Amino acid sequence: MKKLLKNDALQSFLISLVCIVIGLFIGYLVLLAIEPDGALSSILAVVKNFFGYSRANIRMKHLGTTLAKAAPLLMCSLSILFSYKVGLFNIGAAGQYVMGSCACLYAALAWGWGWLPCLLFAAVAGAVFGMVTGALKANLNVNEVISGIMLNWIGLYFTNMLLANVKDVASAYTYTLKARGKGAILPTLGIDKLFSGNQYVGIAIPLSVFFAVLVWVVLNRTKFGYELKATGFNKHAAKYCGMAEKRNIIISLAISGALAGLGGAFLYQTDIEQWQVTASSVPGMGFNGIAAAFLGGLNPFGAILASFFIQHITEGGSHVDLTIYCSQISELISSIIIYLCGFVSFFKYVMNRSLAKAENKKAIEEKGGAN
Amino acid sequence: MVLLLQYTILFACILTLVALGGCFSERSGVINLGLEGIMVMGAMGGALMMRFLPGGTAPGVIVAATILAALLVGMVYSALLAVAAIHFKADQTLIGTAMNMLGTAVATVIVKSINTIQNPDDHSSIVQYIEEKKAFIVNIGGFEFSWFMLITILVLIASYVVLYKTRFGLRLRACGEHPQAADSVGINVYRMRWAGVLISGLLGGLGGIVYITAGVSEWKFEYGVAGFGFLSLAVMIFGKWKPQNIAMAAILFGFFRALSNVYFGFEFLVKLNIPSGVYNMLPYLVSLLVLAFTSKHSNAPKAEGIPYDKGAR
Repeated sequence: MKKLLKNDALQSFLISLVCIVIGLFIGYLVLLAIEPDGALSSILAVVKNFFGYSRANIRMKHLGTTLAKAAPLLMCSLSILFSYKVGLFNIGAAGQYVMGSCACLYAALAWGWGWLPCLLFAAVAGAVFGMVTGALKANLNVNEVISGIMLNWIGLYFTNMLLANVKDVASAYTYTLKARGKGAILPTLGIDKLFSGNQYVGIAIPLSVFFAVLVWVVLNRTKFGYELKATGFNKHAAKYCGMAEKRNIIISLAISGALAGLGGAFLYQTDIEQWQVTASSVPGMGFNGIAAAFLGGLNPFGAILASFFIQHITEGGSHVDLTIYCSQISELISSIIIYLCGFVSFFKYVMNRSLAKAENKKAIEEKGGAN
Repeated sequence: MVLLLQYTILFACILTLVALGGCFSERSGVINLGLEGIMVMGAMGGALMMRFLPGGTAPGVIVAATILAALLVGMVYSALLAVAAIHFKADQTLIGTAMNMLGTAVATVIVKSINTIQNPDDHSSIVQYIEEKKAFIVNIGGFEFSWFMLITILVLIASYVVLYKTRFGLRLRACGEHPQAADSVGINVYRMRWAGVLISGLLGGLGGIVYITAGVSEWKFEYGVAGFGFLSLAVMIFGKWKPQNIAMAAILFGFFRALSNVYFGFEFLVKLNIPSGVYNMLPYLVSLLVLAFTSKHSNAPKAEGIPYDKGAR
């Protein structure tokens, strides 16, 4: 049992659970403070999300929707964790995600590209944005968080301007792919049949899981990944060992950007949503990716579970009693969870110390018994 | 032209206040990336105060109470950063990011609930303060002088004096440069860092209320403050963590931000037929460029972002 508790992965999992429980509890307290009647049923509605529907086929359909939106979230969280392993906090993932969305939608609606070229174009657009941050960081020592935020806003306004060309005059939203760019809709491979014919469920979901595995392999099983991590641990040591530390920073942010850009394509190329060209804030997907990455213990497999969970409660937010509460309660919960993730190293320290103490005590007792 | 001047000064005031906040925090050794969230919270405190003050309150009282509310809420909220960064050695970037998201979420939830409780059909996150806002403004020949402009100048002078002419300021700066050395001469590093973060909370909250009263008479809290907290950090970096330079940098950034508000008032700019998106982008583009040119040789406090560990060598 004790050996098990020392396992790092299990520790991370337990700590994430603790963060979730505390986050939900604080969410519950907030609901209580607003209106005690119905607080419990509303917080349960957030946790249940689609489980709240009584009919099985409707449940599957909504599970499908949650999965379809969890796939882009997973890509964003992979983007964050990949760069974090290299010692960079890529808050610009939100903007790279926006650029990916912009690229695939424009290519699909204006040029009529097929789905695969659109995907690749989105990845390239995200990568270019990531590279800008990387180049500024590596060559000019610009803090990647601040340049990332600036690029988020630049990307948002750029996207609004460009996509204004592929929309109906009367509407604030871009054309649907169904109407103007059928070829760009991601194939469903028959997966949609499993989810009561939810047409938004498709190749994006297995692809995002594939990328999670790929990120794990690159980080843990390749020389390239080792070099990137070494650069993250100590830039100067990496340079001393003959690694091209500047190149590594730029490449890792480019990869990170490509992942986030694909995330944008994974959402918009299912046609589940259209871009709103009057958007005045950067979409939350990239920021939620931070929550998912840290909640998943910065492990790609953990990120799969965490992305699903975060999307699950985000969707669940719309199930609270909207006559009294508002759906932002789920944003509140996920941001509290991120905040708590800052305490992970402290939690681990406490856990390991109490384990060591217990062991010490046992050793002393055994010694005493022998005497 | 008067309008451009007015907005430039107003936006420069916001940037100065918030950047000074960031400056105090970083000088003490804690990176405050949560300024955006602190601004939102301070703005919420001030806006709610304006809304709930009884009608007919004297203008002076409105100004004082609103500012006090913004200061207090901002300061209390910044304690989240202080606890995590100073005592639990948390990743300051992560905590700051969480605070930014949390600030918007909390403000939206609170304002929406208040709106819904007062009127069950009202599910918006909007607070209006048309009448109360007039208390802050004195009209001088077309130029709307805001009391916040005067307050900013006072804060600016006070910041300079506190940082460079007092014992407290010297100690605060020592904690940001070399906390071990500061500790060795009997300065309580934890307490100084708490002071730095709380001051940044005060100024961030004040900046927030100035931001939401600049040019508009109602605010939708779902919007947050559009990256202004981060623009302020860019101002701080460009201003080399020095109050006097920060004010100069803020005027430059404020000008570009003001341009997006009033460019349609200039005939030659309208004739250029540049889409409004470009003007919206300008402040962010300019700050990116400025950072690219000024970050190479960093003037940042040496120990910023590193949790203080008494036992470390």
